[in-house]
Amino acid sequence: MGTLTQRGLNRRSLLAATGAAAVGLTFTACGQKPAAPTGAEEAKLNFYNWDTYIGDTTLADFKTATGVDVNMSLFATNDELFAKLKAGNPGFDVIVPSNEFVTRMGQAGLLEVLDHSKIPNLKNVDQAFMNPEYDPGRKYSMPYTWLVLGIGYRKSKVKGVPDSWKYLFDSNQYAGKIALLSESADLIRLSAKYKGHSVNNIPPEMVAEIEAMLIKQKPFIKAFHDDNGQDMLASGEVDLVLEYNGDIAQLMKEDADVDFVIPKEGSLINSDTLCIPKGAPRPDNAHKFINYLLDAQAGAAISKTILYPTPNAAAKALMPEDYKNNPVIFPPPEVMAKCEYGAFEGAEKASQYEEVMTRVRAA
Amino acid sequence: MEQSWKQAKAVFAGALGPPLFWLVLFFLVPLAIVWAYSFGQNDGLTDIAITGTWANYARAIEPLYLKIFIKSVWVAAITTGLCLVIGFPVALAITFASEKTKTWLLLLIMLPFWTNLLIRTYALIAVLRTEGYVNMGLEWLWNGMGGLAPLLGLAPIGEFQPLELLHNNFAVILGLIYVHLPFMVLPLYSALDRLDKSLLEASLDLGAGHMRTLFKVVVPLALPGIASGVLITFIPALGAYLTPDLLGGPDSQMIANVIERQFKRANDWPFGAAMSFLLMYLTFIAIALQAVLSRKKPEAK
Repeated sequence: MGTLTQRGLNRRSLLAATGAAAVGLTFTACGQKPAAPTGAEEAKLNFYNWDTYIGDTTLADFKTATGVDVNMSLFATNDELFAKLKAGNPGFDVIVPSNEFVTRMGQAGLLEVLDHSKIPNLKNVDQAFMNPEYDPGRKYSMPYTWLVLGIGYRKSKVKGVPDSWKYLFDSNQYAGKIALLSESADLIRLSAKYKGHSVNNIPPEMVAEIEAMLIKQKPFIKAFHDDNGQDMLASGEVDLVLEYNGDIAQLMKEDADVDFVIPKEGSLINSDTLCIPKGAPRPDNAHKFINYLLDAQAGAAISKTILYPTPNAAAKALMPEDYKNNPVIFPPPEVMAKCEYGAFEGAEKASQYEEVMTRVRAA
Repeated sequence: MEQSWKQAKAVFAGALGPPLFWLVLFFLVPLAIVWAYSFGQNDGLTDIAITGTWANYARAIEPLYLKIFIKSVWVAAITTGLCLVIGFPVALAITFASEKTKTWLLLLIMLPFWTNLLIRTYALIAVLRTEGYVNMGLEWLWNGMGGLAPLLGLAPIGEFQPLELLHNNFAVILGLIYVHLPFMVLPLYSALDRLDKSLLEASLDLGAGHMRTLFKVVVPLALPGIASGVLITFIPALGAYLTPDLLGGPDSQMIANVIERQFKRANDWPFGAAMSFLLMYLTFIAIALQAVLSRKKPEAK
């Protein structure tokens, strides 16, 4: 239980802010060429992960179990991961892209097809996660965690439960006390959800409407945050914040006045996955490592540290009650039924959504 | 015996070679690639086709982005102006301090560089936020006064309203001044320190007041120092990225933030490259202006 109360930093906050500075954290083993083709692979592995997104002893345990030395380096955003691999794999064996980027990287030919026969722990994964739209048949990716966006709020400052996106996107009721995540695509997709549309295939005229709505809402927004919304909520800077459930669940452990709701219109689900990038120098070790992370014991140890929802049914069964039955970490099925994955809709879309938010900020 | 470099070509080439090679390989070549990207377009998800198009530049000077450029120049100009106003007296004070104090004062000016910019910016957040140190201090004073008011027969002064110090343009400019002040003070100091003090004595002896001496003698003599201080404050302030991102509000984006998003979220490197180069051209103009200013022989009037 001690680990549950400890404050895990979220996986993106500090690194996201440093942007390019994060490059400095990249380790030196990058660019190593594959070992001699004959014989077994050398006992090494390069793992490219989010910050604070692995169990305290997971890498050491894996070394004890297999003798393979894992060298972990960190990235802050999917865009950073994509940018790094776009020009050719610098030597990573296992990476952790989110759902939309699995499609994108798969389409761009940056991912290796997984050999399911080398991942027997696949059986531990909840069936609901086995055939997602972003990667049919789990050809390229294994689910690692999932997250859902919602509203984190301070109970004493908010009337009732702010169970609609209206309070964030289309109302001055909490003027100056709102912080939104600075992810253009997420904001536009959730606004579409608020207007009763799916998060995908948003027609251009609705994007224009959303732009007008957000420009009108801008004076009431305190800031766009880089996934450190829970800190702004904790410090009393804002009372409502667009954040991931895992981040707010961490804060709720130490601040009883904070709660989290997924608005009634539904929301966006994200899933972080384990993939092997094209040209990985040690694919055998990579498969071994992915299999190890999907192990029930290892998975539970990771979840205890990072407190994100796990798609690993066997690992979840080993977790304490206050994780398994936490409605913030695992929202009820009727709520989840209204949530969707954001699909990858082409490179043009990302650029277009970015320009919409640039206009909103400049307005 | 002094030798012209022409007589020692081998030595000269040997000394120049490695840094030149370094400069070309790690600065000019990458820069040229980015420059080439600015005339290209995305080809699929991972490739950029250099087509020689001017479309990226055309898009970069659309009113939307032009407005952001102008805003960034404006923010950088205010920052530089305030740095000059604050930094000049500081540099002057250091110049006239005793040798021993001087060393300590210069050390104090440079001390912040020992801490990473990101950490210093986070520290500013802790100072400025609603429940930050400034507001906590003010609240303490306010409540103290509130306690005194009834004793003096005054009406109660009501509840403390915290100041909005963070997540707005004020916070961005404050943060930029805080970060860039040393860049202004150091060149000013080096210009003022070289100044011939006897000229000041002459000016004062001949009846000019302190202010008049300052503006008619010190400032003109320090002009090259002022120009280089202004330049090395203005250029990084113009390209500021971290400060508006962390301290700014919903409308505090500067051009570097837009460029960063092109390279990351928007995955539109050609457009980002075009904007970077426009920013660089602005910088070149600023450097050219400085060169023109410093070529004018400074003379006391």
